[in-house]
Amino acid sequence: MHEFRFDPVQMPAGTEALRGSVRALIAKEVARGAITPSRNSWSTFDPEFSRKCGAHGYIGMRWPKQYGGQERSALERYVVTEEMLAGGAPVGAHWIADRQSGQQILRYGSERAKKSILPKIVAGTCYFSIGMSEPDSGSDLAAVRTRATKVDGGWNISGTKVWTSSAHRTHYLIALARTAPKAEDRHAGMTQFIVDLSQPGVSVRPIHNLYGGHDFNEVVFDGHFVADDMVMGEPGMGWKLVTSELAFERSGPDRFLSTYQFLLESIRAIGPEPDARSASEIGRFVAHLATLRRMSTSIAGMLERGAQPVVEAALVKDIGTALEREMPETFRHLLPTEPTLGAGTSYAELLGMTILSAPGFTLRGGTREILRGMIARGLGLR
Amino acid sequence: MNEMRNDLLHTVDRIFEEQCERPVREAAEAGDWPAALWQALEAVGLTRATLPEAAGGSGMEFGDAMLALRRSAYHAAPVPLAETMLAGRMLAAAGLAVPSGALSVAPARTGDQLSLVQHGSGTSVQGAAQRVPWGNLCAHVVVVGNLDGRGMVGLVSTSGSVRSVEKNLAGEPRAQLAFDRSPLLACAALENAPARLEAEGALYRSVQMAGALERTLELSLQYANERVQFGRPIAKFQAIQHMLAQLAGQVAAAGAAADAAIEASAVAPDEFAIAVAKSRAGEAAGKGAEIAHQVHGAMGYTREHSLHYLTRRLWSWRDEFGNETYWQSRIGRVVAAQGADALWPMLTRL
Repeated sequence: MHEFRFDPVQMPAGTEALRGSVRALIAKEVARGAITPSRNSWSTFDPEFSRKCGAHGYIGMRWPKQYGGQERSALERYVVTEEMLAGGAPVGAHWIADRQSGQQILRYGSERAKKSILPKIVAGTCYFSIGMSEPDSGSDLAAVRTRATKVDGGWNISGTKVWTSSAHRTHYLIALARTAPKAEDRHAGMTQFIVDLSQPGVSVRPIHNLYGGHDFNEVVFDGHFVADDMVMGEPGMGWKLVTSELAFERSGPDRFLSTYQFLLESIRAIGPEPDARSASEIGRFVAHLATLRRMSTSIAGMLERGAQPVVEAALVKDIGTALEREMPETFRHLLPTEPTLGAGTSYAELLGMTILSAPGFTLRGGTREILRGMIARGLGLR
Repeated sequence: MNEMRNDLLHTVDRIFEEQCERPVREAAEAGDWPAALWQALEAVGLTRATLPEAAGGSGMEFGDAMLALRRSAYHAAPVPLAETMLAGRMLAAAGLAVPSGALSVAPARTGDQLSLVQHGSGTSVQGAAQRVPWGNLCAHVVVVGNLDGRGMVGLVSTSGSVRSVEKNLAGEPRAQLAFDRSPLLACAALENAPARLEAEGALYRSVQMAGALERTLELSLQYANERVQFGRPIAKFQAIQHMLAQLAGQVAAAGAAADAAIEASAVAPDEFAIAVAKSRAGEAAGKGAEIAHQVHGAMGYTREHSLHYLTRRLWSWRDEFGNETYWQSRIGRVVAAQGADALWPMLTRL
């Protein structure tokens, strides 16, 4: 049985100064009216803010200096990440590239891919989407039907990806495609490609989400050409690569801080003298957050040691996203409000936005059911 | 985990495996004092594990003492180890000598208060303390109160003070002690002594819940792998797998919250970290026990299986030294009073 251990971490020297500098950046942006934390989440797309993050060295922090990175630790990156989320910074433009795509390119990309893409990600000017899900392939990712065929100097990709967040405003995505017919091992014969969304043979159609926003897209490839040196790793390695990408996708504090701004606004709305029930519920959420944060920093420590905390990440994401979903359900009782459709900053609109965002928390990045299956495997049950 | 801690773990587990078998638990529940088990713990210094060497302790780190306590709960050991550790640390913090033998603390129930009265030659204690854990089986208890607005810690004999004995759900004795100007054998000032006792008691119960939850998960996994229905172990059913995954989440969260509180409380109890731990572990206790029983089916509903030794403790400990609502509200009131902007600095301090 996998031992679920969340050992404590020792934060490196200088962490508090780093924390302070992130807080100062956010405070400055709030003061000049450039950002409104209560309306933001980690999917709020703001290229201007991303460029500022790049200028401050807050993107690609762990990457080698030769690609623009800072060679800092996973724990320092963790601190920047959590400060951005807690501060309500609009980090959505660079989030995916920093969290997973860039890491993947660094590990498995060609030298040309690393040289041409990573420095732009670090600068906060190059953004990524995720190219995993398809109409017939959601939780069952191995069922992808997007196909890449070998041609002279590269590959031609045809097929459809869905739920592709921000593909209408990002520059690249990493697409998982089938490069060999399905064999007995259904995880074989898949490959990851870096797809340049500005090149011909790609069309992007909006899919409006539950709250009416345009974040999702359908991305259709029709003989889109990808050069050989934009293949990740070797052809056929796709399943292994996508698994490691998902570990990055699942392991961070974005899996329990999505509703942190909503919590803050709820605390403000309740005021300094809560009744007994409100005090207890606020305290419960704080106790949960403190515990999740402890577990999440422990995961950052595992990443720093070079471990692959896949099961631990699944566990923290499962309980973290469950908490995110509870928040609107609890506060709607404590602050009787008729939730209102809109993107404003009134409590009724924030509650409405949170209720309509909440189903996504336990779907995106692997459903709760998939995560529980992974935990069960870790427990030796499968 | 370092080597010393590993050795400690082996020693502790061996003692409990040898001395804490079913008959010992049953006899303790019937009211017998588990003398052999207690002697074995004393012999290796565990009952004085929270004391500094100068106070007769074994020089163990606080984290190691808490690991031993956690294992005692994992093994559902029917002894006042937490209470003795707690009483000893209160006495040592106040600079008082720690007597030998098992100790308990009063008042133990949230809201109870004892009066300390100063007279010519010394100080005495007055009043009733409800549900003092193991109070009927300990020769001495440590009492806390205020005297002239100052927190005080004292030591008192229980002789003649035991009015009645109830049991918690695990069958552990909870005694009503009534003191009628009972003389304190020793006493000294300790800042915020009553709050300190309450917080540290909550910490120890959190650690115990974390330990009992670990065993609850192990028993549940074992049972699910062994129990065959519809031609296969029930562990192969997705519904059961998902329940066990949720149980693992509760167990991991309780352990992490307890660990954080232990680290923060090495010198003196850290109220915020402990409030987090008691709230989180208490919630995990209830939710975890529910899942474990559901997985165990009717077998776990009997006294023949061992699950009840753990779950009856979880259902008891979550309500002792303040339940979830009590500690959550303490956090919630502070957070609301300080305002939303102060929350993140508070969380990142921990």
